[in-house]
This record gives sequence, C-alpha cells and structure tokens, in this order.
Amino acid sequence: MRDIAIVAFHQSRAVADAGACNEVEMIMPVLNEVYQQVGINNAQDVDFVCSGSCDYLQGAAFAFVAGVDALGAVPPIKESHVEMDAAWALYESILKLRMGHADSALVYGFGKSSPGELPVVLSQQLDPYYLAPQWIDTVSLAAMQARLMLDQGMLTERDMAEVVSRSRRNAMRNPAAQLAGDVSVEQVLAEETYLSPLRKADCCPVSDGAAAMIICTVDKAREWGVPYALITGIDHRIETHNLGMRDLTDSVSTRQAAEGAGVGAGAIDVAELYAPFSHQEIILSRALGLEGSTSVNPSGGVLAGNLMMASGLSRIGEVFKRVVSGEAERGVAHATSGPCLQHNLVTVVEKA
Amino acid sequence: MPESDSESEILNQAFELGYTYTRSTGPVVGRFLTGLRERQVVGNRGSDGRVIVPPMEYDPGTAEALSEFVDVSEEGEVVSWAWVKHPREAHPSDQPFAWAMIRLDGADVPMVHWVQANREADINTGSRVRVRWAEETTGSINDIAGFELV
Repeated sequence: MRDIAIVAFHQSRAVADAGACNEVEMIMPVLNEVYQQVGINNAQDVDFVCSGSCDYLQGAAFAFVAGVDALGAVPPIKESHVEMDAAWALYESILKLRMGHADSALVYGFGKSSPGELPVVLSQQLDPYYLAPQWIDTVSLAAMQARLMLDQGMLTERDMAEVVSRSRRNAMRNPAAQLAGDVSVEQVLAEETYLSPLRKADCCPVSDGAAAMIICTVDKAREWGVPYALITGIDHRIETHNLGMRDLTDSVSTRQAAEGAGVGAGAIDVAELYAPFSHQEIILSRALGLEGSTSVNPSGGVLAGNLMMASGLSRIGEVFKRVVSGEAERGVAHATSGPCLQHNLVTVVEKA
Repeated sequence: MPESDSESEILNQAFELGYTYTRSTGPVVGRFLTGLRERQVVGNRGSDGRVIVPPMEYDPGTAEALSEFVDVSEEGEVVSWAWVKHPREAHPSDQPFAWAMIRLDGADVPMVHWVQANREADINTGSRVRVRWAEETTGSINDIAGFELV
C-alpha cells in the first residue's frame, strides 16, 4: 500500500462572527496558504479535491457547490464532497491515493455557523421521529452525558474545569484561537451553570472559519521538495443513533477506531482531540488510553474555537504541524460527528 | 401592440412552503406513534431481550429486525437530566425545564424527553416522572407533552 504524506495545512482564525464574509471568501485565503506551502498555483496542480461542509448551516440544499467557486474549477477538476467534517473528506482522499487514482489531493472544510442558532440546527441531525420533532439541542444532550459521569463518580466538575483551564492557557500560543487566556480552575468553577451541569466554559464556542490540507504520495512530496509527515493509520467507527442504547460514559467507537488505526503500536507524544465539551476530552483520553506523557490538545482544542465541518481536519493538521516541526515524533488526531461523540475517526501521524 | 395600463399589473400567486406528500413510518415507528395517539407507550425487545422504548427497527448490535412489541408504563425514572435555564424558542417549554433520559417501568433502555419542574432543585437523578398527554394526540412524539414529577 502506498504511504500517504501530509505536506501542507492551514486553518483560518476562528471567529465568533465572520460578518459579511461569505463561505467562498473564508475558503480562498486558506487554500492560497496551502498552495504556497507546497509551491503550487491552484487546484489544477493537484489530482483530486474533496471538501467537507454542512448544507444545514447555510440553510440551502446543495449549498456546498458554491464552495467550489473558491477552487477555480475551469478547466474541469476531479472533485468530491462529504456532508461531514473534512476529516472524512481526508479519509476519502486517502482511499483515492491508495487505490492509485491520484497522487495528490487538496482537502478543505468550512463552516459559517454564526447566522443560525447552531445547537438548534444540529437538533435536526437527530432521529427524525423520536428526537428532531422535540428540537432537543446538542448542548443539552452533552449535558446529560456529563451528568451520567458525575453521578457515577467517573469525573468531577473540577476535572472538567481543569480541561477548560488547560485549553484556555494552551490557546494563548495558538494565533487561530477564538478563546484564550490565563484562566484558572477556580475561575471556571466560579462561573454559574449554563445548561446544568455544564458551565458555558465547558462548551466549545460557535465559530466561523475554514481549514485546508494537502496530502500526496511520498514520491510527490519529494518532487515538491517540502517537509512532510506520514499518515500511518486511519479508521472510523460509528455507534447507534439511539442514545439510550449507548454507554455514553465511554467512547466504544473511538476505542475501535484507535485499534484499527494502530494507535497502540508506539508512544504518543501529542494528541489533538475533537472534544466540543470538556467532559468529552476525558472520555476520549481514556478511550485512547492516553497517559501523562502525551501532550493533549496543545492547540487548545475546539474549546478554543470550533469550526463546524473543519475542526476534525484541523486536529490532524495540528498534529502534522508538531511532527514536521520536530516537536513530536508520533501523534494521534481524533475527529467526531453526531451527538455525544457518536461517530469517531482516529488518525496516526508520524515523523517521516 | 396592446395599450399598457398606467397602473402596471403585478401577477400574484400564493405559495406555501411544505411537502405535498406524507411518508409512511413503517411497522415499528408507526406502531409506536399509533400507540401514542391512543395514549399507550409501546416498546420492543432487542436481540438481548432488553425492552427498548421507543422501539427500534433493527438491533444496533446484531442488525436483527425487531418485532416483539411490549406495552410499558407511562411512569418511570430519571436516569440523567439537564436543566434548561433559558429555553430556546424552538424548545417545547417557554419556562425553565429539564431534558431527561427516562427509563419507563417495564423498559430497559431510557428514552429522551422533557420534564416539567418549577425549579432545578425539584428534579434529581432517580426522580419519578409520569407522561403528560397532549390534549389532542395525533401520532407524534409530541403527543407526550413532556413528563411531570410524581
């Protein structure tokens, strides 16, 4: 099987409200950035393009097609889209490369969540007969998951506040972060509850922005003459849509995906986890078997800024950056989709 | 050429955004929704014998088609909950309320619905709750107009 190299990654700054800037205008700067990183001109210079976005955010069917305007798709290009986080667009692109149908691929994801009421928009991804008609929002579902763990003594509110405090402090070194600061555990705990048992700080912010990545074969990376990291494993698993049938205090699908991706084959220097709620970072760390030697969410994670449909790809990009810089030799990135960590993708990125 | 009126004529057409079809909910979801219309909560048995409410078409573990229906109680116990201090416009209550996972008596798997309570301190994990039926039931999950504390 052909090895897959990551050669470029960029994420826009996560902002609460991009204002009049539309999706194409959010995508173009990140594409230009990754083109520059490998020294190519545009999407014509890669063999395949795949994007991740959600039409519900724009409130129009096939809204994602407008995103293609950012590519300059004339003459025609080979292009695909997933109605998922762009981490799954990366997965599709990897399959394309492994099958020998392409030697390079551009992957991007974007989301402008500010115009709508995101938790309510996401309620419509739930079971269409039993849940969506109740308009139960995704924050409330996560709050019930947190309470299950608190009730069973599997974590404390202090444990959750520690996740928030570490995220805010790590994010001070991340220029793309929306929320950053020297915030102590006590300051978090002093905050009143928002959707009890969750405090607002336990929840990721609503953000606008985009991210892009370029992957290719090792031969292509050498031809381009740029530093690269290798994707040595990737797998994704999903759990039932029936929340009552799941063990919400664990992430069985993350555990399975980690096994499939070969996470246990070596030490993990860095892990970037897509945990939109503080308690979920604890669930994921346990499911991945992370130990104290692993730096978890050095970017601040998505509590510092959550680009819908791009944050999963960004987790992989954040690990890539640290491996290429020599800060880490081997890292794990995680992406999620669906309520209470229903669907999880795990990627292993290693030094070339 | 016809003479043009001094007042230009504007063509109008009423338009209602909606679906011009109905969709069958099938033998499992349909059975549950029909039950609600009759003010009865119905579940079904999973491959491992557990009673699932609302019923599922296929077992998530074995993929077996599930068909053994079981009537369950309209009373049950709160397994987990979240307190909504500031209800959203789309929410089913304009007063503070709790979303909850509720295990009905006779069921093994909790269902997600909402509970009316005056204050956060009134509800707890383990609280007993009972279905509050809508005045008019139509065969929808919202025929349960929330649960009330017993």
